[in-house]
Amino acid sequence: MRAGEKQRNHMMRESTTRQADDLTPAILAEADELVSHYPVSTRSASLPLLHLWQTHFGSVDDSGIEWIAAKLSLTPINILELVTFYPWFRREAAGKTVIRVCRTLACAMAGSSEVKEKFCEAVGLDRLAEHHGYGSAPPTSPDGKFSVEFVECLASCGSAPVALINDDLVENIKPSDVASIVEKLK
Amino acid sequence: MPPPLPPPHPKERRIIFENISKPGYAPDLETYLAHGGYESLRMALAMKPAEIVDAVKAASLRGRGGAGFPCGTKWGFIKYDDGKPHYIVVNADESEPGTFKDRYILHQDPHQLIEGLAISAFATNTHLAYIYIRCEFPHAARIVWNAIQEARAKGFLGKNILGSGFDLDIYVHQGAGAYICGEETSLLESLEGKRPYPRIKPPYFPAVLGLYMKPTIVNNVETICHVKHILRLGAAEYAKMGTPGDGGTRTMCVSGDVVRTGFYEIPCGAVTLRELIFDVCGGLKPGRKLKAVIPGGSSAKVMRADESYQMKVKGQDGVMAEHSVPMLDIVMDAPSLQSAGTMIGSAGIMVLDDSRDMLWALNNLNAFYAHESCGQCTPCREGSRWMSNMTSRMLGGGGRPEDPDDLQNIADSIAGRTICAFGEACSWPTQSFLAKFPEEFSHAAGNQPATTKN
Repeated sequence: MRAGEKQRNHMMRESTTRQADDLTPAILAEADELVSHYPVSTRSASLPLLHLWQTHFGSVDDSGIEWIAAKLSLTPINILELVTFYPWFRREAAGKTVIRVCRTLACAMAGSSEVKEKFCEAVGLDRLAEHHGYGSAPPTSPDGKFSVEFVECLASCGSAPVALINDDLVENIKPSDVASIVEKLK
Repeated sequence: MPPPLPPPHPKERRIIFENISKPGYAPDLETYLAHGGYESLRMALAMKPAEIVDAVKAASLRGRGGAGFPCGTKWGFIKYDDGKPHYIVVNADESEPGTFKDRYILHQDPHQLIEGLAISAFATNTHLAYIYIRCEFPHAARIVWNAIQEARAKGFLGKNILGSGFDLDIYVHQGAGAYICGEETSLLESLEGKRPYPRIKPPYFPAVLGLYMKPTIVNNVETICHVKHILRLGAAEYAKMGTPGDGGTRTMCVSGDVVRTGFYEIPCGAVTLRELIFDVCGGLKPGRKLKAVIPGGSSAKVMRADESYQMKVKGQDGVMAEHSVPMLDIVMDAPSLQSAGTMIGSAGIMVLDDSRDMLWALNNLNAFYAHESCGQCTPCREGSRWMSNMTSRMLGGGGRPEDPDDLQNIADSIAGRTICAFGEACSWPTQSFLAKFPEEFSHAAGNQPATTKN
């Protein structure tokens, strides 16, 4: 499949389930709270609502884009264009645990390539699996538990190499540590 | 949470990082108050706002985010009584490769930032402020937000702060993984909920047409924290710590091939590069020689270890004159590095020893810039990708004789031709690596054997 086709498929994916059907009162309350942080322009709440959505559902589907747009009196393209720009957001669910290994210079000098390969191996992914972007899910293990990807500088160059594992930063990772780190996450 | 840090080096003077890693120091309000917290805010509220702006000017505080703009001058662009709403946005999007200071402040001492921000807001007649934190710091966003709510509950934020009649609300805004949002106008677009394409200056100087097209100050986390200490110590005392035009302390983040990587808060101009690497950071790894230093975040032009720079310095007779200064004897402050043709930037200092291949290092940075270009301006969008593809091909053994010239040509065609400074940021590494290590690029291009490569 050509890259363009692949991208388009992410954008226009037909889905049988709609995330918006599963909104809970707690999420609705949290959304109202977030919008209240922007008294001058509710459009500013688009990133916070996308974060809220992706944290809860694991990805942002068409119903999410439409719901956020309606909530902020915007059109869906105003939200979709954010999802396709910002590397953090995705249209497909990732693994339950997302392992983001820093790729940039200080970490690379400290061996982050090997660390990333070890993470891939430890979770059952191809050693050189790559994330292709465009809102797609990062490479995810066959059991759906783990995703592994390279990300750019995580701002912890003094304790390189580092990885952000879900919300937690893991520092000074040795390739030989990786298997036990993954074991603890299982 | 970040790990505990070693005790300060004797060359250090910890002001911003005084309580970082201190045993028993927690990011809560109670701890902060027990360490003299919010006393500077009380002091500020009893002053005239213009006096605070004057103090920041007199302190010679330069922005700590990378551009190094004089902070007081920036604040001076805001007219206190122009009848418009003003905003302050704290840039906590720390993402310049090599830089890792703000993460410690946000995680371990959030009230210091909030106090500095409240003082800054009072000085500039600002009643709404945002702290833009990159989403890769999820704990920091929660810690700072908790701290804001604690401060509000005790009357340090909100309506009628400490009975002064001054109101301020602060909110946390999280980014979404884009380096470009560290550029101030891009950050504002992001905060407005749009794609973060930088705005062109003129006319969109944040101080004139900033957030929601209103006068806005965008300052780095560390810069805002310094404001508190300028009031606490007095502007003259604060300025005296640094050099003329570069006051106070600066937190240097050292990474790469030194024994003790980490951050060191050092009075501006108090150490040379030699002292920083060989004394403060414990030198290089055993048996290694210094090869290169990137002194101010990955965009800063690289310096080569065996180079000397012609610059005006005070000689032994105390007279300012043009001297040839070896790279290691350069003083680590903003004016000195500027004379050496590079910059202190965000003070993210990356050290490379003789085991490093400069083409490999440049290729890593080129991939970073190609990934992070926002795509708005053609020279940067296309050029950053071309440079990355070329260095990648050269590294894989596919170098062609024309590659060094082509790389140079592409880099020269980006810098100065884009809306924001990312164009310079992505071309400076290529320009400086080519200029300083031509033999390695020639070799990879198949033109001549390398002499410095191992």
